[in-house]
Amino acid sequence: MLHIYCPHCQQHREEDEFSYSGEAHIQRPSNPEILTDKDWGDYLFFRKNPRGLHHEMWYHAAGCRRYFNATRDTVSYEIMETYPVGTRPQIAPLPTIGDDAT
Amino acid sequence: MTTADQVNRLESGGRIHREKPLSFTFDGKKMIGYEGDTLASALLANGVSVVARSFKYSRPRGIVGHGAEEPNAIIQLGEGNATVPNLRATQVELYEGLQATAVSGWPNVEFDLMGLIGIFGRLMPPGFYYKTFMRPQRLWMTYEHIIRKAAGLGKAPTEADPDSYDKLNQHCDVLVVGAGPAGLAAALTAARTGARVIIADEQQGFGGSLLASVLSINAQPAAGWVADTIDELKSFDSVQLLPRSTVFGYYDHNFLAILERRSDHVGLTAITGSRQRLHRVRAKQVVLATGAIERPLVFAHNDVPGVMLASSVSTYIQRYAVIPGRTLLLSTTNDGAYQTAIDWHQAGRHVAAIVDSRPQVNGPLIETAKQLGIHVISGHAVIEALGKKRVTGAIIAPINSTGAALTGTPKTLSCDLIASSGGWSPAIHLSSHTGAKPYWDDKKIAFLPGNSRQQEQSAGSANGCWTLQGCLQEGIEVGAAAAQKAGFSPAVDQPVDFHCNEPLQQSPHALFLVPHPKSTSRAPSQFVDLQLDVTAAAIELAAREGYESVEHAKRYTAMGFGTDQGKLGNINGIAILANALGQTISETGTTMFRPAYTPTTFGAIAGRDIGALFDPERYTAMHRWHQEHGATWENVGQWKRPWYFPQQSEHMHEAVNRECLAVRNSVGILDASTLGKIDIQGPDAAEFITRIYTNSYLKLAIGKCRYGVMLKEDGMIFDDGVTACLAENHYLMFTTTGGAAGVLAWLELWQQTEWPDLQVYFTSVTDHWATATVTGPNARKVIAKVCDDIDLSNDNFAFMDWRDGTVAEIKARLFRISFTGELSYEVNVPAHYGRFIWEKLLEAGKEFDITPYGTETMHVLRAEKGFIIVGQDTDGSVTPHDMNMSWVIAKNKTFSFLGKRSLERSDSLRDQRKQLVGLKTREPQQVLPEGAQIVNDQNQLLPMAMQGHVTSSYYSANLGHSIALAVVKGGLNRLGETVYCPLADGRILAAEIVSSVFYDPEGARQHV
Ligand SMILES: [Zn+2]
Repeated sequence: MLHIYCPHCQQHREEDEFSYSGEAHIQRPSNPEILTDKDWGDYLFFRKNPRGLHHEMWYHAAGCRRYFNATRDTVSYEIMETYPVGTRPQIAPLPTIGDDAT
Repeated sequence: MTTADQVNRLESGGRIHREKPLSFTFDGKKMIGYEGDTLASALLANGVSVVARSFKYSRPRGIVGHGAEEPNAIIQLGEGNATVPNLRATQVELYEGLQATAVSGWPNVEFDLMGLIGIFGRLMPPGFYYKTFMRPQRLWMTYEHIIRKAAGLGKAPTEADPDSYDKLNQHCDVLVVGAGPAGLAAALTAARTGARVIIADEQQGFGGSLLASVLSINAQPAAGWVADTIDELKSFDSVQLLPRSTVFGYYDHNFLAILERRSDHVGLTAITGSRQRLHRVRAKQVVLATGAIERPLVFAHNDVPGVMLASSVSTYIQRYAVIPGRTLLLSTTNDGAYQTAIDWHQAGRHVAAIVDSRPQVNGPLIETAKQLGIHVISGHAVIEALGKKRVTGAIIAPINSTGAALTGTPKTLSCDLIASSGGWSPAIHLSSHTGAKPYWDDKKIAFLPGNSRQQEQSAGSANGCWTLQGCLQEGIEVGAAAAQKAGFSPAVDQPVDFHCNEPLQQSPHALFLVPHPKSTSRAPSQFVDLQLDVTAAAIELAAREGYESVEHAKRYTAMGFGTDQGKLGNINGIAILANALGQTISETGTTMFRPAYTPTTFGAIAGRDIGALFDPERYTAMHRWHQEHGATWENVGQWKRPWYFPQQSEHMHEAVNRECLAVRNSVGILDASTLGKIDIQGPDAAEFITRIYTNSYLKLAIGKCRYGVMLKEDGMIFDDGVTACLAENHYLMFTTTGGAAGVLAWLELWQQTEWPDLQVYFTSVTDHWATATVTGPNARKVIAKVCDDIDLSNDNFAFMDWRDGTVAEIKARLFRISFTGELSYEVNVPAHYGRFIWEKLLEAGKEFDITPYGTETMHVLRAEKGFIIVGQDTDGSVTPHDMNMSWVIAKNKTFSFLGKRSLERSDSLRDQRKQLVGLKTREPQQVLPEGAQIVNDQNQLLPMAMQGHVTSSYYSANLGHSIALAVVKGGLNRLGETVYCPLADGRILAAEIVSSVFYDPEGARQHV
């Protein structure tokens, strides 16, 4: 069972209080209508599944009810950092700096 | 039956209480032991040799070990509701009246018919599991049934467990696993720094190997040092000592699970309190001082009762004053095991010889043995045990220095006990649970704990340290390091040095399988895994058949698959596999261990989360009224909702028909409190809701309601419900009963991640309101009797309007929304007025024969109207178009609402998508089963082409025939066609595709 640091509550809490919300930093296209089916499909269905560091979203559902991001090693399950939505990871930084709000 | 029957009990010694004799039975036979005994030591004291029949070959088996490693002495304790299967007799503490039975052998272990028939082994050649798994699943089920019956793995109780179990959530700075020398030293060192320490050990007393040791620590007998250390540990408030507590699993982020047995040592059930406790511990640092397990040598017929681990023989002598035979033959590869022969000799019984595989032997222990007159034969090993139900002798032979070949003529020695020692294997199970990969150390002849994946360190023999002094020293170092990492500075008065009077030892010999004059495949069985009857020949066969990976060979032979997880056999098996493959052990590697270290009771894992406490139940404010009026219940998520209200002897369909007719002909009342309710406020609330739903709320006026459908981004229906505009920038969203929590999380997700710029706030108010739905042609008349401050006329309070007012003098919100298609008022009051308002409405409706109805009637009435239920008629793969609800999608919204783009995907536009239609059975009284599959051609050969399935189906008393909703491929263009539902019982029901709206298709009745 994971022990997760909520950046909003600023406490380590048991995994029971959280739910997993999938890959982080996926931005909804601002104009979905102009996308091809393929590009829209990429946004909808395709996710990274790395062996190693992964930026993912968690939800403190039984706590502050805030979403936040975590950098987690999918092999060791070690959580290297957690950070608020809208900020960027310190570990394994994202490849490009866009206007990505998430 | 007297204490004198304990033929193998020594006159003195041991940590047993001779003044407290205990009577017990094994397979119905009465015996006596002492307090302080385990079941195994008591059985050995009473001269019991055969305690089991083996899994595959039904061979007689005896006690081999003295702890968790025991593969054979698996017993069932007691009978009836508290019986416990699958226990190791070596870990069961004796108590007065204990009843144990062997789980194997039929009719009993002494006379076993399966063995007599002897067919079972032939039915299960090596590779049995592997090959069987590859076959159809149902064949495996058949085999498993036979295996369980014949081999016996114990019987689960069939009645409810009379005991209760607790769970404790704990935090500590340092958790020490194991209270042997290293664990005690580590715990003491950590405790002295002020750290919060938990130390747990599976045995009844702390001390581990020291409880059977003849050594001294700083000139004090080892047991004295143990007692002093325990005393000091007990003096700290910050230290928790957990004896009889097995740390059985090491999980993520230093979370460990401990099973504490609180009363198992005094009886089958706890007299008071809980029987066992599950400690769920989050530790900052962990010290694994789990010790080591002696490795037996593999030789022919090494499974005959009377072949034991050398250290176990010593333990029985020293700790229990039990000597499990008359004449000992010791087969060893190391100095340490000589102590067993010395113990045996000093207990006054004969040692036939010590057979040592090393060509030259010398050293203090060897000299001691020789001085006692014990015959030491070097350069030899036991190659075969003689005897059937008990060892009668051993064949020994000279062996070369690598241990690979015999170099001379075998000879026979007579004995009734063969103790063997091939060295030690660290108990690396918990370290392995963390994912750390064990590595082979040639010098220590052992797999050692791999690099830490978590905040843990191993210490002592668990870490491959074979001397007492070394173990104590390592315990101190690791204990200090753990405390320091947990933030504590070293204490000033740390112990510095230990002096132990242990003799120096020479290097051991790496020997696993002892060669036999015949090849492994032809030699008498050389057992590697005693619990699952895996032989050296089977492992070599696995290698020959190409199962070269250790994980594959394990599955092929079933080695380590037993409840003992191969604690004794695995390393020998890996060495044999490596040899067969011409590899080193390091190259071959080891299999991983998984929790649990030893079997754990379901009772402890379930704890108090059983029965009524298994899952919370949610009751509405009117619950008690429903109960008093005979409601039957439907579980909707955690809610208990009235299903229907049978009167007198009514059957379900009679009650539902009556309720349905009452609503359409006069008036009914439903408790709708469970519907999810989310209060939404903020300047951007309307914009936000409009992005979430398929239709627009930007122009929804105060006092108005609108029905909406919520899609996931893939365009599939996720939830539906009505949203009302309560005031400027203030809305109330109704969700489905089961979807409430998910919808709130969904709204928060989008607000927090994508649209943080929108100012909008959500509050769940589901439990704040009680809702009574008054519906039917007489609904207005009922409401008029209890509400005089709202103009109820259709002109002023129309369908899809809501009004504030007073109902029976309670402030209420009334919504004219309808799930029945009738004139409806949903009366919402603060929850604590729920029952009051419910009874007032019933009173007001009395003259109209107002009828309380439940969810079944609600379902029938909405199905008559073709209203969908999300989650019943939808399944996450249907769009609003599929549900024939294109009208709910706004065409001209500026913002691309969630799921909109997906409705244009080529797959969403396919014309053969499954679409919602009605079905009318050819035989009007025939009700289709929900879930029934639909085909076009009833005569088509299997597999038939599936066209869809029935999602909702009821008998409609109002219409006088059955109705069903279904999703059918291209169904909306197939009205009037006939389809067929082949049922499991062989019948095929024909039905006509019709409109999904069966009743009042113009929707006139809700607008009156
Ligand atoms: Zn939080």
